[in-house]
Amino acid sequence: MNRLAVELPGLQLKNPIMPASGCFGFGKEYGALYDLSQLGAIMIKATTLETRFGNPTPRVAETASGMLNAIGLQNPGLEGVMENELPWLEQFDVPIIANVAGTETADYVEVAKTISTAPNVKALELNISCPNVKCGGITFGTDPQQAHDLTAAVKAVSEVPVYVKLSPNVTDIKEIAKAVEAGGADGITMINTLVGMRLDQKTGRPIIANITGGLSGPAVKPVAIKMVYEVSQVVHIPIIGMGGVAETADVIDFLSAGASAVAVGTANFVDPFICPKIIEELPAKLDELCVEHISELVGRSHRI
Amino acid sequence: MIIQDRMKVTGQKKIAENIFELKLTGKLVGEINSPGQFVHIRVTDSFEPLLRRPISIASINEDKSEMTIIYRAEGRGTTLLSLKREGEEVDVLGPLGNGFPVHETLPGETAVLIGGGIGVPPLYELSKQLTAKGVKCIHVLGFQSAEVSFYEEAFKQLGDTYIATVDGTKGTKGFVTNVMETIGDDFSTYYSCGPMPMLNAVQSAYTGKKGFLSFEQRMGCGIGACFACVCETTEKTDKEYVKVCSDGPVFPAGVVSI
Repeated sequence: MNRLAVELPGLQLKNPIMPASGCFGFGKEYGALYDLSQLGAIMIKATTLETRFGNPTPRVAETASGMLNAIGLQNPGLEGVMENELPWLEQFDVPIIANVAGTETADYVEVAKTISTAPNVKALELNISCPNVKCGGITFGTDPQQAHDLTAAVKAVSEVPVYVKLSPNVTDIKEIAKAVEAGGADGITMINTLVGMRLDQKTGRPIIANITGGLSGPAVKPVAIKMVYEVSQVVHIPIIGMGGVAETADVIDFLSAGASAVAVGTANFVDPFICPKIIEELPAKLDELCVEHISELVGRSHRI
Repeated sequence: MIIQDRMKVTGQKKIAENIFELKLTGKLVGEINSPGQFVHIRVTDSFEPLLRRPISIASINEDKSEMTIIYRAEGRGTTLLSLKREGEEVDVLGPLGNGFPVHETLPGETAVLIGGGIGVPPLYELSKQLTAKGVKCIHVLGFQSAEVSFYEEAFKQLGDTYIATVDGTKGTKGFVTNVMETIGDDFSTYYSCGPMPMLNAVQSAYTGKKGFLSFEQRMGCGIGACFACVCETTEKTDKEYVKVCSDGPVFPAGVVSI
């Protein structure tokens, strides 16, 4: 028995560890460092209908145990991803979760329709939570009705299960979670980054050219854990948890909070080998916790 | 190949005001293929500060598997790095990026190397390799003041060396461009590393000359995955953008839109 194997809608994961969207490009850079087949899955960088250059620089700023970014969904567009990025990833035995972004519903629908036909794309991750683009993105993720309708529209055309990535920048994330579940979502991924700012000490001006950026890294983990804890108790669909995962112990926390699998984001920048390292360390961690299979840990924070 | 190496500190020395010279040994040195490549250093084993620090390689000693980096201890990360002592280990990712093309200047030809501030270090290994193959190197090094200047003597050993300081406390008062006016344009290639305004001035002064510029940009991953360090390009290339970390940091003059 594989102690780490996890089954989720559309996804047969050999382990519950996957790089988070936006922190791993389309895999090429990390593929030069290790065999990507070791990963449970890969969440590729957001794909939009057209090519996007993204925001002006500076696009990143370090903060206490974290970082702000405002990349702005730079990507080669649907055609480029379908023709170059996804075929390249086919050499690896790893399911791809395609992050889909757009400005309006029609964009999301068109990208979802096409990208879900790629042979290695086993699930979609609907990006309704990017804080760094002016239109679309987060606007869909902060209103329950809009989140519901977009989920339903994408679900209607997708060939694979649809996960929705939630924003923490809302008053009550449970409402959004319930709305996307009602809209037909097969799963939830959470959390995206928290909106923040950093100022230059000398000039007093914002460091990031976009003025605001999304906060990630170990600093946001307590927020993410709290939200996974809450949401996992009000929906019946699985959660892929993320937000500040930097070491094996963090994975245990997310599972305990109620996530069924865990994504690693910013930590890939700190240590490009972090995903395989965590995967290697997990069995010993299970032994330490006297657990036979990793799924036994899911939701134990609120288990009666 | 890019590797993650726990390199051993073999020396740490303050060589000017807030400027440190750190020597590290490890198998990573054997992977370095051109001067101007950089390494991405994790200054702590904790997550504070979180990100790695990109620092250019100033010189390598293959026989001793040793490299030297020179950096300014300015923020939290580099200050922590300056506290590392001989015998301690440092988590280094590298070598990263594409360095200066030494082959672009032939033996017997002359190259001008222009560096500004903390952009000076990678020019040292470049000059060592160029002079070793018989290229005549002229160095033009700019600093804010005498107290933050470094490596004048080391560069002098390799070729003519001119210093410019903004406050006039050493060499010519002013900028590297003030020195460049006096050395003429009887050379084949120029190589430059420094702040963006300096690179812009150098490129404008040497229009029509073959040149290579090394850029600096805020980075995340250092390997091309995060898209933090992109620069817009000119019509001189087919690419719409370049990433400083993995496409650069060295680009032929005219490619990056300054």
